[in-house]
Amino acid sequence: MQENENQPIRQEHAGFPWKQVIGLLLSLALTFLALWIAVGLSLPVNVTIAIIVALAIFQAFIQLFMFMHVTEGTEPVHQLISILFGIYVAFAVVAGTIWILYAQMG
Amino acid sequence: MNSITNFLSHFFVTGDPMIYGADVSIVLVTLAIFFVLTYFKKWKWLWQEWLTTTDHKKIGIMYIIAALLMFFRGGVDALMMRTQLALPGMTFLNSDHYNQVFTTHGTIMIIFAAMPFIFGLMNIAVPLQIGARDVAFPFLNAVSFWLFFAGAMLFNLSFVIGGSPDAGWSAYAPYAGTELNPGVGENYYLLAVQISGIGSLATGINFLVTILKMRAPGMTLFKMPMFSWSILITSVIMIFAFPAFTVALALMTVDRIFGGHFFTIASGGSPMLWANLFWFWGHPEVYIVLLPVFGIFSEVIATFAHKTLFGYAIMVWSMVAISLLSFITWLHHFFTMGNTAPVNAFFSISTMLIAIPTGVKIFNWLFTLNKGRIHFTTPMLWALAFIPNFTIGGVTGVMLAMAPADYQYHNSAFLVAHFHSTLIAGTVFGIFCGLHYWWPKMFGYLLDEKRGKWAFWVFMISFNICFMPMYFLGLMGQTRRMYTYPAGLGWGPVNFVITIGAFGMGVGFVIMAYNIIWSALHGKRDTTGDPWDGRTLEWSIPSPAAEYNFATIPTVSTRDAFEAMKEDKRAGKEKAPAAYKPIHMPNNSAIPVVMSAFMFIAGFGFVFWWFWMAIPGVIGVIGCMIARSFVYNDAHLIPVEEIERTERAAGRLS
Ligand code: HEM
Ligand SMILES: [Cu+2]
Repeated sequence: MQENENQPIRQEHAGFPWKQVIGLLLSLALTFLALWIAVGLSLPVNVTIAIIVALAIFQAFIQLFMFMHVTEGTEPVHQLISILFGIYVAFAVVAGTIWILYAQMG
Repeated sequence: MNSITNFLSHFFVTGDPMIYGADVSIVLVTLAIFFVLTYFKKWKWLWQEWLTTTDHKKIGIMYIIAALLMFFRGGVDALMMRTQLALPGMTFLNSDHYNQVFTTHGTIMIIFAAMPFIFGLMNIAVPLQIGARDVAFPFLNAVSFWLFFAGAMLFNLSFVIGGSPDAGWSAYAPYAGTELNPGVGENYYLLAVQISGIGSLATGINFLVTILKMRAPGMTLFKMPMFSWSILITSVIMIFAFPAFTVALALMTVDRIFGGHFFTIASGGSPMLWANLFWFWGHPEVYIVLLPVFGIFSEVIATFAHKTLFGYAIMVWSMVAISLLSFITWLHHFFTMGNTAPVNAFFSISTMLIAIPTGVKIFNWLFTLNKGRIHFTTPMLWALAFIPNFTIGGVTGVMLAMAPADYQYHNSAFLVAHFHSTLIAGTVFGIFCGLHYWWPKMFGYLLDEKRGKWAFWVFMISFNICFMPMYFLGLMGQTRRMYTYPAGLGWGPVNFVITIGAFGMGVGFVIMAYNIIWSALHGKRDTTGDPWDGRTLEWSIPSPAAEYNFATIPTVSTRDAFEAMKEDKRAGKEKAPAAYKPIHMPNNSAIPVVMSAFMFIAGFGFVFWWFWMAIPGVIGVIGCMIARSFVYNDAHLIPVEEIERTERAAGRLS
């Protein structure tokens, strides 16, 4: 069907949305785990940061696969371009910020 | 009793006759609106036709009305500042008040006037240009609009309730923190901008999907009109820039409302991190308000030069280059914060690089004009004036990009003149250009040319009187954000001239507003749907467009699709129209407007640290989302007879 013709919401459900529920629970668990590591434990700062970043990357993948359907869609090139753009922007903000703030003069 | 009067005197802003005047006029205008709506029994009409609509054209019109009002408010702020600066030692505004006024002026102009105006124009034009019946997510579109509206109302309230923010539109830490800024003003900034920012992000997603998925059959990306291309690129920038701002605002909200320390030196925070995150969004933001008007100028210049756009593919690739570069230039806003040489050098170069694709676009417009049959209509005048005036802003921008030189220019009137040259000669000229160009498509009649040209000349000349001298004052050392400059500095006469220019722009705006009213009464009807001899699909349908836009979706085979159809028709090769089929359209919904009312309540509660009010507001918002997820019947079918009736009334069916 042509996509520029408006279409009704498809009402049939393919069973219970297990994927989304597991994704939600995992996201919640990872978020609270990060909070607990930062607030509840007193690890060295660098270790804390490393663990939190690792958890964040893991959670980003959960979002992509459980909620954002990266594996579906009709035009994979759209997904590819947007993911590449996202990586570019994420790299710019993280690397740029670290570079700027740590290279401050005296 | 005492505590009540104490509370009230802090709750309402007191002590200034202008504020009392504002209080009175707000009450009077509200009462007048209620009276008119009740007297003419228009409540139901307002609710059914406008407040609950999901039609992109109506949402676009509401964006534009709200943005015009915000332009007025921001313009009054500008005139107040310029009145204060007209003569040395004026006492019209005191220093605190001046700070509040430039903060609200900047924030309102960028977030609540320029951006929503652009959203309005893209709502109206993009689906029509690509041959679609609506945007991809009409409900979300309404949510975006109402979130913007709630944010704008919340921000404007600060003027009379609680006090306005005063830390500049960039709200730099530590001055914007609770220690130096204990009132509610900065809370208003954080919450209002956050709420409307959520709407902007959703708009970006909505238009990205609309343009990628809903183009008419045959319209490949490289056959799309240039305005739609510019919105596609802008949407991408919005999607990737706004999250940084959302996070920055949220972190500062945690600092201010819950006592966090992200941006305070105490407990290891970093004030500079705020500047860093703010401009990581802030620089892409200037392209969010510029690329769409580049698109508008491309359409208007091609239409009134009666030629196809010169260098289409180069135009597209320059915008792609701009979108990539716009994410790696942000540090040029704080070259002087003590960075090392390699850091400043990198951002200097990246900033100058972005001038290349921009310059390429300027030449493309000039080549489009070259040997064209130029038609000097009002929209074309705005477009032609844009080229030289914006170029001055661009060239001074490259001057500012040289980090060592920026130590001289930074925070001076030179900078103020530079960004107004780009924001006014670029964004504002573009918005007014688009407004005149698409007005007939929105309302079915044209804005008057004679009055429109008067408004143009008065505004454009005054703009130069206002901002040209500012470059020189800046080079002489006039610092920005100052409420007065002593007479001994010798800048008095020039500042007086600048103020005259500012009021001239006010006059230009008033003439334009008058033209809108005059044309509503006497304007020339647009009976053909194609008043400008347009080249793109929005001109192929009647003005104003029917609810469903296209009775049958057109098939596209070239760029300038409508121009090609007209040529085919002249050559007698017109295709027979396809038969009508019932059309599926989204239903109205009250949820967006109710949800943003809850958002407003929550925001207001957080501003005053009133959690008893904020929490129910948040619950209301979530409740609206849950309610929406149970709506299964969100659309209706327009039967063929109704389409036939509508098309016959528009003269498209005999
Ligand atoms: C009638 C037209 C306008 C006039 C006369 C005007 C005048 C001014 C003045 C006097 C200032 C403060 C300078 C200072 O003391 O530092 C200012 C700041 C500013 N203006 Fe305008 N302006 C106009 C239109 C606009 C428009 C259309 C925009 C954006 C679309 C805009 C964006 C800003 C911003 C972002 C600031 C900086 C605010 C801050 O310092 O935080 N202005 N303008
Ligand atoms: Cu910038």
